[in-house]
Amino acid sequence: MKITREEVEHVARLSRLALEETEIDALTGQMDQLLGYVEKLNELDTEGIVPTAHAVPMENAFRADEVKPSIGLERALQNAPQSEESCFVVPKIIE
Amino acid sequence: MHSRYEVVIGLEVHVQLTTKTKIFCGCSTAFGSHPNSQTCPVCLGLPGALPVLNQQVVEYAIRAGLATNCQIAPRSIFARKNYFYPDLPKGYQISQFELPITEHGWLDIDKEAGEKKRIGITRIHMEEDAGKLLHGGNSGSRVDLNRACTPLLEVVSEPDMRSADEAIEYLKQLHQIVVYLGICDGNLEEGSFRCDANVSLRPFGQVELGTRAELKNINSFRFIKQAIEYEVERQAELLDDGGKVVQETRLFDADTGVSRSMRGKEEAHDYRYFPDPDLVPLVVDEAWISRVRAELPEMPLVKRQRYVEQFELPDYDAGVLSAERGVAEYFEALVDLHAQPKICSNWVMGEVMRALKENGSTIIDCPVSPELLAGLLKRIDDNTISNKIAKTVFEEIWQTGKSADQVIEEKGLKQVSDSGAIEAILNEVIAANMGQFEELKAGKDKLTGFFVGQVMKLSKGKANPGMVNQLIQKKLSE
Repeated sequence: MKITREEVEHVARLSRLALEETEIDALTGQMDQLLGYVEKLNELDTEGIVPTAHAVPMENAFRADEVKPSIGLERALQNAPQSEESCFVVPKIIE
Repeated sequence: MHSRYEVVIGLEVHVQLTTKTKIFCGCSTAFGSHPNSQTCPVCLGLPGALPVLNQQVVEYAIRAGLATNCQIAPRSIFARKNYFYPDLPKGYQISQFELPITEHGWLDIDKEAGEKKRIGITRIHMEEDAGKLLHGGNSGSRVDLNRACTPLLEVVSEPDMRSADEAIEYLKQLHQIVVYLGICDGNLEEGSFRCDANVSLRPFGQVELGTRAELKNINSFRFIKQAIEYEVERQAELLDDGGKVVQETRLFDADTGVSRSMRGKEEAHDYRYFPDPDLVPLVVDEAWISRVRAELPEMPLVKRQRYVEQFELPDYDAGVLSAERGVAEYFEALVDLHAQPKICSNWVMGEVMRALKENGSTIIDCPVSPELLAGLLKRIDDNTISNKIAKTVFEEIWQTGKSADQVIEEKGLKQVSDSGAIEAILNEVIAANMGQFEELKAGKDKLTGFFVGQVMKLSKGKANPGMVNQLIQKKLSE
C-alpha cells in the first residue's frame, strides 16, 4: 500500500470534501489502485522525451488586446446564491 | 544591530500590466469601475468558458525579461495553481510553474560609496490576478471580480539581499524599469506594484538558509522597510531566546508597525500545480525576441551613464534627469534644440521641476514645452535677458503659453546693453552714494557688488550686469 488514510484525508480537505469514515477506507483502496495503474508508466524509458503539456499539437493561440463588452452586472450576478450592492456575498472571511 | 545573525531577503513582486484588457478575456482592466461590471464567463469562472491568451501580455513579459537580463524561454506553458479562496472563482489561478516565460536574470543595485551589488532574478512569469474581497458587510464578505484575471508579472528574486536598504534599492530599480518599459503604471497605492518579502536569519558563516517568514502585499517602499526591520527584530528575539521561527505568512499593519500571522502552519500550501489543459503551449521565436529587443527604450542606468559621458553632466544631474522616462525625454528634446547640456540640465532640474511640483503637474502636461524653453534659453545666451529676468519670463510662458520673444517684447524685459543708458543710471547711483564710491575708490572692492545691485534695481533688472561691471571699472580708472 502506498496511499495512506492520512493522505486521502489531506486531499479531501484540500478539495473541501467531507468524507464519511467508510468512504475514506474505500477511497484509500481505490486511489491506491489508480496510482498503481499509473505506476505502470514508470516502466517506460522516457529519457530525452519532452513532457507533453497539451494533448493537441498546437501552439500560440492569441487574442488581440481589444476590449470586448462585458456581460453586465445583472447577468454576472444572476446565478449568485447571495448578492448585495453589486457584489457576490460569501460567508464571512476572517483572517 | 543583531550582529550575530545575517539577514537574508528574497522578494516577490507582482507587477500589474497596463494592457487594455484582461489576460484571458476581453474585459476591460480600467481601475475604479462599478463592482463586477467588468466581468464575463471567463473571469467569473463559469463552467465551459475558455481562456484565450492576450498577446500583449506576452509582449510585455518579454520586455520585462530582456530589461532584467533574463533569458526568454523558447517554449513555456501555463499551469493551474489550485487553492480555495472566495476571491478566486475557478478554484485555481492560471499561472506558470515549470517552464515560465523568462528566467535567470539580474539587476545591479547601488551600494554606498559607488559600489554595485548584483541581485539575481530567478524568474518572471505571467499569471492572472484574483478578485477583491471587501470585508465589513453585515451578511458576509463581498466579492468584486473586476480585478479577477487582470494580467500580472510575478518577478521572483534570489535570496540575495542582506538588509532592508538593499531590498528597497532593488525594488526602486525594478519599479523604475517596469515604468520605463511602459508595461506598468507603477501606482503603489492602487496596487499596481505589490511586494511580498521572504525574510530569514542565519548565524554568520552558516550556509543553509534559516526558516523564513513571508510578509505579504506591502504597498509602499517605506512600509516594506519597516516591515522587514520589524521582522528581523522579531526573529532575532525568537532565536536569542532559543526559540524557532515558524514558516508562515505574516501581514504587516502599517498603523501599529506590527505584523501578525495570517495563515496557520497546518494550512501548509499544497497547490497541486499541473499544466492547464485549456491553454496551448507558448512558443516565442528568435525573431519575436529580436524585435522586442530592438524596440526597448534606453534603460535608466544606461541613460545616466551616457549623460555623464556624452553631455559631461555631473553624475547627480544625470541621475535626476534619467530617473523618470518623461523627464529624460524632455531633457533630450531640449538639448537637441539648445546644445548646452549643463544649462539645459540646470533649467530642467531647477525651474521646470520646481514649477511642476508647485502645480502638482507631471512632465507630460508641462505647459512649457522643450521648444518654448529652448526659445527662452536662446535669449539668455544672446544676452537679450539676464538669468534673473529669464525666471520671470519662464513664469509668464508657463501661465500663457506664449513664446519667450513674445513675453520679452510685451513686457519690455529686453536687457539694456546701451552703455549710454546704463552709464546714466550709474551716474545717478554714484551721485546718491558719494561716500561709498570714495571708499570703493580707496580700495574697498566688495562695494562693487553694492553698485551693481543698485543699478540693477533702478533698471528693474534689465541692465546687462556685465556691462554695469565694466562701466564701474571705467569710472574707477577715470
